[in-house]
Order: sequence, then C-alpha cells, then structure tokens
Amino acid sequence: MALFRITKPQELAASLSLPLYSSRVSAGFPSPADDFIERSLDLNEFLIKHPASTFFAWAQGESLKGIGIHDGDLLIVDRAAERQQGVVVVAAIDGELTCKILDLRGGKLLAANPDYPPIDLRGREDLLVEGVVIYSIRKHTR
Amino acid sequence: MLALVDCNSCYASCEQIFRPDLRNRPVVVLSNNDGCIIARSKQAKQLGIPDLDPYFKQETLLKRHKVTVFSANFRLYGDVSAQVMANLSGFSPRVEQYSIDEMFLDLQGINEDMNDYGSRIRDCIWRHVRMPVGVGIAPSKTLTKLANYAAKKIKTSNVAVLDTPYKWQWLQKRLPVNQVWGIGRRLTCRLEQLGIRTAYDLACADPKWVRRFTSVNVEKTIEELNGQPCLELEEVTAPKKEIFVTRSFSKRVERLDDLLAHISRYTAAAAEKLRVQNSYCQSLYVFAHTSRFNDNYYSNSTVMPLPYPTSDSSLMIRFAREAMKKLYKPCYRYSKCGMGLLDLRDRGFYQSDMFLAEQSPRSDALMTMLDKVNRRYGRDTLTFGAEGLTGRWTMKQQRLSPAYTSAWHELPLIHCR
Repeated sequence: MALFRITKPQELAASLSLPLYSSRVSAGFPSPADDFIERSLDLNEFLIKHPASTFFAWAQGESLKGIGIHDGDLLIVDRAAERQQGVVVVAAIDGELTCKILDLRGGKLLAANPDYPPIDLRGREDLLVEGVVIYSIRKHTR
Repeated sequence: MLALVDCNSCYASCEQIFRPDLRNRPVVVLSNNDGCIIARSKQAKQLGIPDLDPYFKQETLLKRHKVTVFSANFRLYGDVSAQVMANLSGFSPRVEQYSIDEMFLDLQGINEDMNDYGSRIRDCIWRHVRMPVGVGIAPSKTLTKLANYAAKKIKTSNVAVLDTPYKWQWLQKRLPVNQVWGIGRRLTCRLEQLGIRTAYDLACADPKWVRRFTSVNVEKTIEELNGQPCLELEEVTAPKKEIFVTRSFSKRVERLDDLLAHISRYTAAAAEKLRVQNSYCQSLYVFAHTSRFNDNYYSNSTVMPLPYPTSDSSLMIRFAREAMKKLYKPCYRYSKCGMGLLDLRDRGFYQSDMFLAEQSPRSDALMTMLDKVNRRYGRDTLTFGAEGLTGRWTMKQQRLSPAYTSAWHELPLIHCR
C-alpha cells in the first residue's frame, strides 16, 4: 500500500498549490487588496521544466558533497535538459545509475572520487547519459 | 498522412527503464496473480518464450536462460505511458491515444521527410523516457497498423513509411489476412470461404461484394487498405459504458462471507472508477464460478437494477451483496468472481425525474471525501466494513518491482561515488 501520494511531473496541473496573497490576513474588514491575489505558487512548476521527461531519485553516497550533493538528497533528473559543460548527469555505467560530472570538452564523464577513473564518452554519449540533475533537494532539519 | 507509434514490448521495457543492467537482457512480465506471461523483451522473444503462456509451464526455461521475471506493476506502466503520450503529443496537434502503449498522430501539414520525422519521434521517446518505440506512417489508420508491423518485423530502424501503393501492396502480399486490423478469427474464417487469404486479396476484393457476406466495417477496411482513410481520429476518449472488476482467487473460496467481502471490494473499486469519469450507474452485473477444470463445475450470474442512477459506493455494495447471496450455492469451491457496472450515463446529461428518488447531496459529499482521502493517503485508507479486514486485494505479486514513480521511499537510487 502506498503511504504517500506523489505529484508526478506530468500531473502538474492537478498539483497542490499554495495561494500567495499580497496582503496580510485580517479578521475584521476584508482587505481591498484581496482582489489582487496574484497567483498560486507551485513548487513543481518552479522545479520542473519538462514534466514529460523528468523523474525523481535519491542520491546514495557522499562523493559529490564537494558540489553540494549529499547522501539522501532528492534528485530531480531531466532527460531532456541541455547537456552543458560541467553539469551533473546520471549515467548508466556497468548497469548502475551513477552520478557523474559531464566534461564535454574532454569528452569524458568524471567521478568526484579519485578511486574511479574518468569514462570515455566519445560516440557513446546517448548510450551512457540518462539525464541531467537539474535540482537536488536537501532537508536541513532533523 | 497518419502515424501509429507504439511501445516495443511495453511492460518489459518499462521494467528496464530504471534498471539499465536489464537492457538488452531477457525480461518477462506476468499477469495479475503471476498467472501468465504477458510481455517479453526482444531477447526473451528470441529465446522462444511464448506469449500468454502460463508461467508455471515456462518456469524451467526461464530459469535456464536466467530470464528476469516481474509481476505486473501497472502503476509504473501507467506513469511511463503518460510520459510517452505527453512527448508524442508534441509531434502533432491532433492525436488519439488508442491504448496504454499506442497513439495515432495526424501528420498533415508536416513538410519534413516522413522517414526523418518518424526517426525523430523514435529518438525523442528513447531519449526522454527510455522507451523504445516503433513508428508506422501511412495514409490510413489500417495502413499505419501494417506500417507498424513492418517497422517492428522488417526494418531495423523501427520506422516504416508506406506512402505509395507499391510499398503497401508489397507488404500486403506477404501478410495473412488475420494480421489486418479489425479482422478477427471469425472474420478470417468467413473471408477464407470467399477465397481471401492475404491482406492483398482483401485489398483487391470488391468492397460491396465482401460487405454482403460480412459487415460495413470490412468494407471500410478495404478502402483503408487501398489508402483511402475512412476511420477518423478520435481525439476525445468517450467515457466507458461499462466498468468491470474481476479477479481469480489465489486460493479457492468456499464461504459466502468471503465471497461477499470480495464482491464488496470489487464494487468499491469499480465505483471509484465510475466517479472518476463522472458517470452514474443504473444496474449491476455480478458473477461467480468454480474452476472449469474441476468436475463439479458451477457458474452463475445475475443483473440487479438499482433504485436510481447512482455513484454511491455504499448503495452499490448493498445491491452487489444481494446479488451474490442469490448466486451463491454452498459446497462449491469458487475460483473467480467479479462484477460490472452497467448502463452508465454521464452525470452532466442526467435529468432527474420528479417522481423517482435520486442520489442525495449528502452521499455525493461523502463519496467526494472518501475519494479524496484515498487518493491522498493511499488506496484502502478508508474502506467499507463490508469489504472485510483480511485478505484485501491479496494478489500474488512475488516479483513486483519498486514503485519507482509513485512512492517516495521506492524512488530509484543513484550512486554517488
């Protein structure tokens, strides 16, 4: 039984949103500014550009902490995002989904950990690169 | 021109998306209750594993070839399908989703070379969703089905364009008539009596003459086979006219109480689907039977009219239970039961009758709340007492993959090292 309901990327329109009021709430006379409710803020809309090519995943391991990705962070991975120099990508290496840094100029996938050698990318980019990590989300409270 | 895009080995491919280790490997997916093989990856097909065969019969072969076996994870397949369809919708302003893994696209006004366009569609779906698809392009729906067949069986590129009579006739001559869309087993027999064996025979037949022995649909099929589109794209999916929920039991059931609990559960599930499409139901169908393979075979069904058109689970459960009590005979070991909501009508068009009872606003409010809670906190958070507390939806799913797309704690893990 699923304990949570996840708003999937493709369901943006039906997602929960928080209204943003331009005035403070008062108990008495209704504020005339309430006629100017701007719009609702939707985290999905902010975080996900391409709902039809995006998935969520958990980061496992600390090797990318140097660039701010920690164990247990939520990753938002977009398969359609532009693969620019230096972005963090999810790659399928030896049958495992692994975070790497994309070095387009050198034609390589770099690991943050020196124990893992760079992987030659030339001619195999589409085979290896699954998508780009566009956001990572971490919890700062216990 | 039209395109038909469909997912290759859809369910097996879905299982490979978050498991790159399984790509290019034999994978099969089993039906509900792990009964039959319902999907095979390309490599599994090459091993000679038959489609729709009982799992237990193939178990040794599967083990010998180290085939990875999955229980059906329909939640995952539904989510993947939604992403595939959303991507496909970007390739044409007019589309028709034909099934969970097939979509028709209207390519009118697209000036690109059709082979190139088809390849772009194929590449996009692979890159954005990691789903391999076949693309068939032709002037009519029936011909796109043939083109799609060619895309999968003949072309290594998975894209086939049948844009001239020469091309589609070449294929039609090599295709038995039962491979034509809409020509089922009975029609195949009928056509064989008329001397029509291949798709080409049918395409060359006189439509009016064939119609005399078959139906107007076959006449349309003949036109379509000759590149004359007769079947329109259906952009809006009509709400279902009937909703069925049926299950085979993993263990035989003998007691009436257990059957009542099952039928209550199925009714609750069907009623939820009914409310999703905003319809009312006017009568119920309930059946139960024992296994056909046992000597002591018993099967019965009944239809119960409802007092007024309704979408209220509790009312429908009450009547479904009444129906089951009528059907039930003791001393049988039941293997399957199920129910259907019949005679559905759109709530938007429903006119109330001042002399008849109708669904109260209170029960509407209750059902809305019930659905909200169950959608937010998971199915079965709120249930009816009649559904019983034990054995809820006990499906045999021993090889279920994680809910990669629908449960936070089951999302895919990405190694950082």
